[in-house]
Amino acid sequence: MDDQDISRRQFMIKSCASVGSAWILSHLPEIAAAQQHARHVVQSPADDKFEFFTAEQAAETEAIAAQIIPTDDTPGAREARVIYFIDRALATFASSDRPVFVDGLKDLEKQTRKRFGKTKTFSALSSEQQTELLTGIEKSPFFELVRTMTILGMFSNPEYGGNHNQIGWKLLGFEDHFHFKSPFGFYDAE
Amino acid sequence: MIHQQVRFDAQTEIDFVIIGAGAAGGIIARELSTAGFRIVVIEQGPYMTEKDFEHDELKYMRQRAITNDYKREPNTFRATEKEKAKVQPAVIYGRQVGGGTVHFTANFWRFHEVDFNERSRWGSIAGSGFDDWPISYAELEPYYTKTEWELGVSGLAGASPFDSPRSKPYPLPPLPIKSSGVLAERGAKKLGWHAFPAPMAIISQPYRGRSACLHCGFCEYFGCEAKAKSSTLATVIREAEQTGRCEIRADSCVRKIEVNKAGLVTGVTYFDKSGREHFQRARAVVLCANGAETPRLLFLSKSSLFPQGLANSTGKVGKYLMFNGHARASGLFEHPLNEFKSVAVSRVIHDFYDSDPKRGFYGGGGIDMRFVSYPMNFALGGLPPDSPRWGPKYKALLREHFTRTLHATGHTTSLPVESNNISLDPNVKDAWGLPVMRVTYKDHAEDMKTMGFFQARCKELIEAAGPRKVWTREVRNQTFGFHLLGTCRMGNDPRTSVVDKYHRAHDVSNLFICDGSSFVTSGRGQPTCTIQALAFRASDHIIRMAKNGDIKSAI
Repeated sequence: MDDQDISRRQFMIKSCASVGSAWILSHLPEIAAAQQHARHVVQSPADDKFEFFTAEQAAETEAIAAQIIPTDDTPGAREARVIYFIDRALATFASSDRPVFVDGLKDLEKQTRKRFGKTKTFSALSSEQQTELLTGIEKSPFFELVRTMTILGMFSNPEYGGNHNQIGWKLLGFEDHFHFKSPFGFYDAE
Repeated sequence: MIHQQVRFDAQTEIDFVIIGAGAAGGIIARELSTAGFRIVVIEQGPYMTEKDFEHDELKYMRQRAITNDYKREPNTFRATEKEKAKVQPAVIYGRQVGGGTVHFTANFWRFHEVDFNERSRWGSIAGSGFDDWPISYAELEPYYTKTEWELGVSGLAGASPFDSPRSKPYPLPPLPIKSSGVLAERGAKKLGWHAFPAPMAIISQPYRGRSACLHCGFCEYFGCEAKAKSSTLATVIREAEQTGRCEIRADSCVRKIEVNKAGLVTGVTYFDKSGREHFQRARAVVLCANGAETPRLLFLSKSSLFPQGLANSTGKVGKYLMFNGHARASGLFEHPLNEFKSVAVSRVIHDFYDSDPKRGFYGGGGIDMRFVSYPMNFALGGLPPDSPRWGPKYKALLREHFTRTLHATGHTTSLPVESNNISLDPNVKDAWGLPVMRVTYKDHAEDMKTMGFFQARCKELIEAAGPRKVWTREVRNQTFGFHLLGTCRMGNDPRTSVVDKYHRAHDVSNLFICDGSSFVTSGRGQPTCTIQALAFRASDHIIRMAKNGDIKSAI
């Protein structure tokens, strides 16, 4: 059992105690075992290291992701570390999407230079300029791919590298627990 | 592992090979092994158990952890037989021990009396093979009861004024009502309709050694970690193994059912996980591979005796594919519903179940209120169609809508149309080098009208529940099916059906076929309960025939 498993089990015990379910307590070993099996194809390596992206590619991609789900009064794609999810995905199960990604970034670089000058990168543009450029390409396969990957990274299990501190789930109001009790929502509580 | 697993050696004489460990195969395996027969169940998918299941949307929904994998086993699709089919996902089915009962939503309506004799009551319908079933509701009723009690179903008998008679109440009380259920009741009351507690194959209280539902919300598309969903994996398959006479051979893909010169089935040839070929001899074969894989395997099993495919002398194998129709109207509500918690559906409405000549077309269905969206897929496409797809407004809408969205969903009839079918694609091959299935499907005009009618009723229901905003999804010809029905229909006339009323193939006396393919008509959208009742009934008849020496064997 590694550290992660121990913390998961402690989490389970804590959450079980709070709901006080006799059943769940008596079945803890089974549930904990089920949780231990939550092994993922993509395990997050050490922080702040990229497996696929160069630092430049990561900065540009993250800037796009941050336009798709921006940071405002609540955290967005950047704080959810969506960029690490995208990097792991392109390194593993989404490796067939690499060409669209790499070509799309090159194309974005060209468009940025053409519109805003030779020394400019997309990530260095103002938010308004970024929005304007992305609006121009929002129907392209590249944008669609970045949008999809940003959303997957924002809302998939944190074990995949994104959805850091469950920022994505908190945004939606989603909770991932094994046990809820009725009433579940406003109208069944009325 | 808690359950014992038998491994038969090559010399052991096997009574029945069952192809497919799903909704029907699991039940038949348990019934036949309990009756004393030696059984090998060959399942193309893996043997996963509750400990393997996870709350992992990426893995289960995007990467197809427990359903057919389109990369290894693609299918092709075309709307009509005149078109050339293109590679495009058109069917989904469970692909592991337990089959679709592992990942299904667990809606568990019985069919009504009318579903079995509607052709007689309504008349013929042009452009369809609309027909009565060779069995009645009354004949199946004891098996519906058996299904509910053997598997564990929660519901409230007598709560729907439209239900057909039942001999016993449900074994378990209904699951708790959700906000969607309260709003369904509220809307139905205003409209003079009747919302009743949803019958669900999820246990509301501990039952036969299994624990009650924990309301985690991961039902549809996921396997239940708590064993509360009454899948065949969590119930009858374990019991079959405990007899010591049933081996579940997972990761094994049957490529052909073999016959001898007399036209009797001798066994099956299959690939194991490593791609090595094996032959398993048996006295008889029961094919339960689902309404799409079953006809495909019969086509793949063609031989000089059966040049059109096994059991297909009439050419009806693969024909009359039915998906069920769907309709939807959505609403955004003032307060959080938190529909991500607990089971998908808590109230159902059957006021429009029967066809009504006054509507001017054939068709009927049921309506429920549900959300069934997980975070990723909701963010990808769950907002109303006029919403921005990225940026600050998109983010604000996600936040507002996720806990407050609800869909009134109609589940409707599909007519059996001969040109809607499963065949082998002449060009595309799967990872084993076998021709993939080609799906041809276009909804009958009456089915389109029924979907339109149900969309209007769904909109009325959502509006009557008092939302802030309402939107609908355009009714279109379906190109994707998760209910796979009708492709080896049962009937008394061997010229118009593939199996008889006991699920024996008209052409081959030691081949039985029992799954969604046996359906003559589609019902109103929730087929699993009926597939499983048919499986219990077929088992009784197979056991009777085998014990009476009525199944001729090649061994």
